[in-house]
Amino acid sequence: MKRRNFIQKTAASTALLSIGGLGLSSFSNPKASKITILHTNDVHSHIEPFGPNDGDNANKGGVARRATLIENVRNENPNTLLLDAGDIFQGTPYFNFFGGEVEFKLMSMLKYDVATIGNHDFDNGIEGLYKQLPHANFDFVSANYDFSNTIMDTHVKPYKLFNKGGVKIGVFGLGIELLGLVNKEAFKETEYLDPIEIAQDMSRILKEDEQCDLIICISHLGYAYKNEPNKISDLKLAKATKNIDLIIGGHTHTFLNKPTVETNSDGKKVLVNQVGCYGLYVGKIDFYFDEHSKQASFDEGPLIV
Amino acid sequence: MKYKFIQIIGFISLFLSCDHSKQLIKINTNNVSVNADLASNEAINAYIEPYKTHVESAMNTVLSYAPKMHSKNNGQYNTALGNMMADAVMELSNPVFKSRTGENLDMVLLNHGGIRSILPKGDVTNKTAFGIMPFENSVVVTALKGSVVLEMATYLKDFGKAHPISGLEIVLNADLTFQSILINGQKIEPSKTYYVATNDYLYKGGDRMDFLKKSDTLYDLNYKIRNVLIDYFTKYDTINPTKDQRFIKLKN
Repeated sequence: MKRRNFIQKTAASTALLSIGGLGLSSFSNPKASKITILHTNDVHSHIEPFGPNDGDNANKGGVARRATLIENVRNENPNTLLLDAGDIFQGTPYFNFFGGEVEFKLMSMLKYDVATIGNHDFDNGIEGLYKQLPHANFDFVSANYDFSNTIMDTHVKPYKLFNKGGVKIGVFGLGIELLGLVNKEAFKETEYLDPIEIAQDMSRILKEDEQCDLIICISHLGYAYKNEPNKISDLKLAKATKNIDLIIGGHTHTFLNKPTVETNSDGKKVLVNQVGCYGLYVGKIDFYFDEHSKQASFDEGPLIV
Repeated sequence: MKYKFIQIIGFISLFLSCDHSKQLIKINTNNVSVNADLASNEAINAYIEPYKTHVESAMNTVLSYAPKMHSKNNGQYNTALGNMMADAVMELSNPVFKSRTGENLDMVLLNHGGIRSILPKGDVTNKTAFGIMPFENSVVVTALKGSVVLEMATYLKDFGKAHPISGLEIVLNADLTFQSILINGQKIEPSKTYYVATNDYLYKGGDRMDFLKKSDTLYDLNYKIRNVLIDYFTKYDTINPTKDQRFIKLKN
């Protein structure tokens, strides 16, 4: 296999030499593309930084600082996406007094691209979430919440597509089972669909129909449940599906120093990341794409640094 | 002839390489801390300012009045402040539980460590509730057998500090044996199911109250302990709890 790739590459380069001027200039994106994914989860209405007496969280977090971090990354790489994995609401008086307006307006100012919905985002009922939508200049995705019979119908898409520097990116959302976690009166007729089945559908649509180069799942399922081995989690989802490159998680407030690398049902690598809670951290993952490497040997998957 | 052959391969290769799908070759990962080393964005701060002012003034809204200061350390087996918290949970979460299940709560168990500040003398505000309960924990109800409640009584006896309880009454003899353990004034039946309200922190293993998990039934009332306090302070214009006989040790 390696040898065949070598011969092909040799042939290609010989050919390029032989046709001179035509060479690289005919490509629209001749260089390798870098896509940066920034993400948060479970920010829970934490607008201001923690104070000096707040224990382990002392002097951490704060939206105004997060804005600077995001701005710096975008200045360095305009091909950046900013995502949130849910539980935007509940946790400080800002939510109790303003119902989520401040959170959504600030996320809009920070130019979030897309978010998914966490269980606490239903804390003021599904109407409470709907009421705040005008303050959000970004989209919500959830593929396994069926909102057809609710006020949120048509306001949440299963997935969203982005084209950054010629790289086609598909982002879909997954939410946790609400029954038993959220009052039924709050989530009303929101129907929870099986995350694995939905993720399999989504990754097929995004890979085959939409021809995405990068597929990201923003999930509020939770990282893993040691004491509940049958409960669906991001780690289980990663193993049971294929074609997903990155799962950005939430709900369990799990802080990972770096993403966990799982092996999917095709034997390929998939990253699972989560950055704790309260805006204490921002996840940052750079994906490097090569235009010319279709014939190169990357069967063992990308190099993860 | 040979030249032409190479040219054809070249064009095919060129065509293949121009395929729009791209190959992921490398991934760089780095989760970044948001801390004081980052400058604050001034436009964001300016946007937050009026909301912050409003929050601060709302936090100071007077809900009730406390004629005297109470601390969680005023008592060995029960304290006025702990009793208030446990009784507030009993009184305000029972209607929620009943509306969901048709059942009544039998008792409440919270934790001494979960009371994060004193109840100061004077005006009781939203800030008072946030001070006593800064965490987001909410009321959960677990269905425990009487035999497990008896284990709980032993745990409470051995703990040494007053965990807030309501509905449960314990009398210890001077030698620390049990004189009586009652729920609703009745002797506990080991095989009967009792509905115990607690918080999700304790249910998930906080303070090693492992007995709380000896149940397959859990109800999350989605009612934050802090909101219980705010509702309780709103309901009563004076907050003056007392230490009582719910958990005592006899002198001889």
